[in-house]
Amino acid sequence: MQTKDEALNLNMVIIGASHAGVSAAFNLRQQGWKGRIILLDRDPQLPYHRPPLSKKTLQSDALVSSPLKAEKAYIDNEISLNLGQNVTSVDSKTQQITLANSEVIPFDKLIIATGCDAFIPPIKGLSDTVDETGVNRFFAMRTYADALAIKSALTNSKDKQVVIIGGGYIGLECASSFIALGAKVTVIEKQSHILSRVTSHVMSDFLTQLHRDKGVTLTTGKDVVEVIHQADKHIVVCGDGTQYPADFIIVGVGVRRNTQLAIAAGVDVEQGVKVNAVCQTSHPNIFSIGDCTEYFSQRYQRWLKLESVQNAVEQAKTVAQFITGNLPTVVPDTNTVNQTIQNDSRPNTQEAVPWFWSDQYQCKLQIVGLSDGYDELIVCQESAEQFSVWYFKADRLLCVEAVNLAKAYVLGTQAIKHNMQVNKSLLSALDTELTKTSLLIEPVTSLN
Amino acid sequence: MAKVIFVTQNNGSMEVEGDSGSLMELAVANGVAGIDGDCGGVCSCATCHIYVEPADFEKIGQPEEIESDMLQLDDNVREFSRLCCQIEVSEVIDGMTFVVAN
Repeated sequence: MQTKDEALNLNMVIIGASHAGVSAAFNLRQQGWKGRIILLDRDPQLPYHRPPLSKKTLQSDALVSSPLKAEKAYIDNEISLNLGQNVTSVDSKTQQITLANSEVIPFDKLIIATGCDAFIPPIKGLSDTVDETGVNRFFAMRTYADALAIKSALTNSKDKQVVIIGGGYIGLECASSFIALGAKVTVIEKQSHILSRVTSHVMSDFLTQLHRDKGVTLTTGKDVVEVIHQADKHIVVCGDGTQYPADFIIVGVGVRRNTQLAIAAGVDVEQGVKVNAVCQTSHPNIFSIGDCTEYFSQRYQRWLKLESVQNAVEQAKTVAQFITGNLPTVVPDTNTVNQTIQNDSRPNTQEAVPWFWSDQYQCKLQIVGLSDGYDELIVCQESAEQFSVWYFKADRLLCVEAVNLAKAYVLGTQAIKHNMQVNKSLLSALDTELTKTSLLIEPVTSLN
Repeated sequence: MAKVIFVTQNNGSMEVEGDSGSLMELAVANGVAGIDGDCGGVCSCATCHIYVEPADFEKIGQPEEIESDMLQLDDNVREFSRLCCQIEVSEVIDGMTFVVAN
């Protein structure tokens, strides 16, 4: 048992002050962590919401950042916020981290919340995409600085001609914002369908048509092989020889998890930092949360790597409750990550259901659950602009995607969360008024 | 300019003032407990749930369909529930008291 003074002297170090790290810091205080909380990020900007970057931040005239918390809140909660700080190493034996400025900070507990960086594909000539004054003209959309640079590139471009490499959510949201700003937009997707990794043809086809109707030149099945620079234009060249001139280029082809510090610390890392149900790594005093992690999902019976606000917030809550001893029914075994998972006795229903959203034009897409592995999908059309797609594996509902139809999203959330069965015959009948009582039948007793 | 009072679940009371943006942003800027605004204010997460005084409900205006539907995600939803990311800070809400639902 710690004495009060000992608790006050403990150092909690959190690397990464985006949604996961910031939420963890505030949750720790709420849950009664008495020691120091040292929160670090390489980004100099007061921690902010990332999802608005491709939407509100791009589209508004003002320089808009949406802070996660007011600066004063960090002070009030005695969270030491250290921005613009690069952590260069983590030593798990001596339990200390080293910053780029050589400062050494000891930790009793460490939370790695380093997130992801945009993956920049090795396309010939891409990195030479600069304007006549040497200013960069190819961008990822990941940080507030990226959003400002992109806004500036658009404002200063002659023809407002932009090519987006990658038809994922980030690319499509940027396309939507650029169209709203009067730009000429081309989206080039390598796969035969946009969003092919995360959704079905139904949603992919709907969004493809939506973007084309709004004036986007959207091509699929084309691989970008080179960027050629001619006068003040950058020509994006595809494998089939087609060329798309651009004033600037956006790259949105996926992410790389920032696992370098976790690797340096010697904890188990595969594609993400491996964590158990309480977000603990293979080192008992090192935890990891958010986009950089992967965890074994009891609900889906596989390792998941979720890049979402929801996952960041849930993991932040869980880790804070665990560290402060406020998590009710968990059996952590710190020998290995895998053992912990086998020993995890929490009921399935406690595991959060993943959810996501994307706003494009006037279209609000809300997703609950994960559709991977579905063997049946049912489209429920409410009106021309409102529909939902329900994904099943046998009788089990895996995922619902709702377009301008929050009602379907909410019903899907309730069904998945409580393992309710869905009345498929009602669902597939057009014009069915979706209601909880008519649609959701009974809990599914066996999950797998 | 509007001055409003938030009453939190631990019965704390906080008077805050603002002149623009959403009521959620105002609450977050002032660190009101129980208002998270995880989605940044686009009516996608239902983590900014408040109860409006019955007498004030009509003055603020009816919630849109999406907001009413999203409110059903929260077990604590009541007749005068709102998601405060969908309420503009303006003279209309000056002097009102809001109870944070969670």
